[in-house]
Amino acid sequence: MIEDLLTASVIASGIRLAMPYLYAAIGETFGQRSGVLNLGVEGVMLLGAYSSFWGVYQLTPDKATSFDPMALAAGVLVAVLVGLLMGLATAFINVTLQAEQGISGIGIYLFGLGMSTLLFQKNFSQVVTVKGFPKIHFPVLSDIPLIGEIFFRQNLLVYGAFALIPLAWFVLHKTTFGLRLRAVGQNPEAADSMGISVTRVRYMAVIIGGVLASVAGASMSIGHLNVFQQNLTDGRGFIAVALVYFGSWRPYGVMYGALLFSLVTALQIKAVTIGIGIPSELLSMTPYLLTIIALIFASRRIDQPAALTRPFERGE
Amino acid sequence: MSDATPQLLPTGQSRIEHMEMRGIVKRFPGVLACNSINFDVRAGEVHALLGENGAGKSTLMKILYGLYHANEGEVFLDGQRVSIHSPSDAIAHGIGMIHQHFMLVPSLTVAENVALGQRSAREPLLDLNAVSKRIRLLADTYGLRVDPSQPVWQLAVGERQRVEIVKALYRGAALLILDEPTAVLTPQEVNDLFKTFHQMVKDGHALIFISHKLHEVLAISDRITVLRDGCVVGSTPTREATKKSLAQMMVGREVILQYDQPPVDAGAVRLKVENLHAQSDRGTAALRGVNLELCAGEILGLAGVSGNGQRELSEVIFGLRPATQGKVELEGQPITGASPAHLNKLGLSYIPEERMVDGVIKDFTVAENLMLQDHARPPYAFNIFVNPRAVAHHCAELIRNFNIRTPNQETPLKSLSGGNIQKLILARELARTPRVLIAAQPTRGVDIGATEYIHQRLLEQRTKGTATLLISEDLDEILALADRIAVIYEGEIVGIVDRAAASIEELGLMMAGVRRESTAS
Repeated sequence: MIEDLLTASVIASGIRLAMPYLYAAIGETFGQRSGVLNLGVEGVMLLGAYSSFWGVYQLTPDKATSFDPMALAAGVLVAVLVGLLMGLATAFINVTLQAEQGISGIGIYLFGLGMSTLLFQKNFSQVVTVKGFPKIHFPVLSDIPLIGEIFFRQNLLVYGAFALIPLAWFVLHKTTFGLRLRAVGQNPEAADSMGISVTRVRYMAVIIGGVLASVAGASMSIGHLNVFQQNLTDGRGFIAVALVYFGSWRPYGVMYGALLFSLVTALQIKAVTIGIGIPSELLSMTPYLLTIIALIFASRRIDQPAALTRPFERGE
Repeated sequence: MSDATPQLLPTGQSRIEHMEMRGIVKRFPGVLACNSINFDVRAGEVHALLGENGAGKSTLMKILYGLYHANEGEVFLDGQRVSIHSPSDAIAHGIGMIHQHFMLVPSLTVAENVALGQRSAREPLLDLNAVSKRIRLLADTYGLRVDPSQPVWQLAVGERQRVEIVKALYRGAALLILDEPTAVLTPQEVNDLFKTFHQMVKDGHALIFISHKLHEVLAISDRITVLRDGCVVGSTPTREATKKSLAQMMVGREVILQYDQPPVDAGAVRLKVENLHAQSDRGTAALRGVNLELCAGEILGLAGVSGNGQRELSEVIFGLRPATQGKVELEGQPITGASPAHLNKLGLSYIPEERMVDGVIKDFTVAENLMLQDHARPPYAFNIFVNPRAVAHHCAELIRNFNIRTPNQETPLKSLSGGNIQKLILARELARTPRVLIAAQPTRGVDIGATEYIHQRLLEQRTKGTATLLISEDLDEILALADRIAVIYEGEIVGIVDRAAASIEELGLMMAGVRRESTAS
C-alpha cells in the first residue's frame, strides 16, 4: 500500500506543488520580517497568474507546436510588473496610511479575486491552455532512476523557487539591507534612532513580497497547470501566510513547511486516484488539518518580528 | 585649548568644542513643552539637565537629536548654525544619544546592533568582522566590556547600557546625550558607568546628563541647568548647588527629602510567602523559592534591579499569575491561586507596576476607573443597576481626600497626568482600608510633588496597621520608607536587612546577587 502511494512520481509532483508556496511564502517572509503582515497574498497571486497567462497567450505565435521562450519571459515580466504595482499599493495602504493590516489584506485579496475574474471573463470566453514552461531534460542526470524523475525533470520555475531559499537567507543575514529589514521588524524605534528610514525599508520589503506573490501565481498558470480559471490559486496564498509562521520566519523553515504540506497534498491526490476506501472529501482535508496541527505546535522563535502589524510613527 | 589645529578624540573624531541651543520653542497640542530654552555644553564637561517628568528635558534633547523638530530656535555647533532634521543628521554632526529606553534590537547580536544603519566597507554585504574588531578597540579604550558576537537578548541591563555607549562612540559621537542612563542600574553599575563618563570627559567629549536623581547629578556634573514646565529655572555650577536648593528649583517650593517615622510597631504576620516558584511570560523560572513574611504595621521594601522577579512576585500574590510551587497565606488562610476579586474581599490591595496597562482603563472616565472593583456591590449597585448617586458621592469624596486634580468625575482618565492617575489608583485601593497592600513601583514616572504625597499616604497606612510590601527599583525610595529591606535577585531573596543597619554599598552588592546572612529579626 505504501509502495503504491509513495512513488517517485508522487514525490516529484510534491516538489512541483511546493513551488507556488515557496515564492509566495518567501515574499511574505520579507514583508513580515519588516513588520508588515500582508494577508492579500492570495489576491496578488491571482493577478499574477492571470496577467502572465494573458501575456503568454497573446505572444505565443498561432499554431505553435511547442513553447515560445520569448512569450514565457514576457509572461514572467508582466507578472513581475503587476506584483510591483500591487506591492506598491499594499505598502501605501499599510505603511503610509497605516491601515489595520488584517483587514486591508482581505481587501487586497478580494480586489485580486474580483479583478482577475473580471479580466478573464472579458478576454477569454472559455478555458484555454497555453504552452507553459517545459520540463528541462539534463543529459545523464534526468535518466537516473528515481532521483532523475524527482529532481532533474522539473521546469525552470521550480528550480528558481528552490534557489530562492538560500538567496533569501543570504539577503536577510549577510547584507546591510537584510540587517535593516530585521531591525525594522523587531524594533522600529531603535532603527529610526540609528538613522534608518523605517518607511523606506518596509516599502522595499512589501514590494519584494508583492513581486514574489505575483510570480507565485504565474508559476501556477504558466509553470504548472498552464491554464487560467476563476480562483485558480484556491487558497494557496493563505496557506503561504501560514507557512511563514510555521517556518518561524526563516527561509529554510518555510521550505520544510512547504515541502511537508505539498508532499501530503501529492499523497492525498494519489490516494484518491488509486482509491483507498476513504472518501476523497475527507482525504482532501488532510493537508489543511496538518497545517492547523503544525501551527499549534510551531514554536514562537526569537525571530518572530516583535513589531509585526504595528505601524511606526515617531512620537511627535 | 587655544591650539590652532582642531583636537581629536581618541576615536579619531574631531571634538565639538561648543554646542549651543538658542531660544528653542516646541509646542505640542495643548502643551508648551519648551518655552524659549537656551542651553549649551562644552567639550570636556558634563552639563546636567535636571527636572521633573514633563519638564521638557527629553523633548529638548530629542530636538537636538533630530527626533523632534523645534517650532522656533536655533542650534549652533562651534559657532556654526546647523539644522538637524533627523537622527542621521545628528549622527553626521557628531551627536549621539543614549535613550532612556534602550534602542537595541534584542534578536540581533551586539555587532549587528552596532552596524545597524552604518555603511559597510563591503556594501551591500555586511562586514561584521571589521565591526567587531572596532568594537573591541573602543571597548578597550573606554573600559566597556562587551562581547560583539553575543545576542542582545542574552545581556543584562548594565551590559546593554554599555552596548548603547559603544554604539554612539562607533558612530563618532563627540557630544553624547545621556537620557536617565542610571535608571535601571545597581549602585555599583552606576559607579562603573560614571568612571566611563569621567574618562570620556577627560578625552574631550561633551556630555549632557539628564536625570531627576539629585545625588547623581551632584556627583557627575560640572554644571546644572534646571527645567520646570518647559522653562529654564536656573543654571548653576555644581559646586555651588545642594540637594535642597536643586529640589526647590525643580518643584518651585520646599520639599521634604526625609520623612519622620514613628518607630515600627510590627504586629502579627499578615502575609506569608513560602517557597514560591513561578514562571515568567517567556516560560523561564522567574521565582525560585521566595520566602517572605509581612507584618501588620510595617513596610517591607523589596529592592532589586528590574526584571529579577518583582513583577511576577506581585502578580502571583494577587492571583494574576499561577504559582508552580509553594504557597501564599493571608492571615493564616491559604490564598495561593485565589482570584483577584476574592483577594479584594479578603482585604488585599494592589498597586500594579504598569499602571496604564494593569491599573486603569484609559478610555474610561475618572469615576468609572474609581469604581472598577466595587461597582457591583451595595451601596453602589442595586441588583443589576448602578446607583449613580452613591457612585458620584463616593467618587467626589475620593477625589477630594486624595487630592486628585481632575476637571470633574466624567473626565476621561487619559487626560490626567501620571501623578494624578497614580493618586486615583491609590485612592481606589486605600479606600477599602486594606489589610495588606502590595505597592509595585508606586512613584515611577510621577513628579516630586505627587511622590511626596504618595509616600505620606503609604506611611499613614502603616500607622493604621496595614502591612505593606513596597516593591521599588529606586533605592532612595526604599530607604526613605521601608522598615525592613529584602533584596531580590534572579527570583530569590538574597537577604533581608533592617533599614537602620543597611548601607547603600551593601544593598548594591546584594542587588548584584552577592548573598548575605539575614540580620533582620
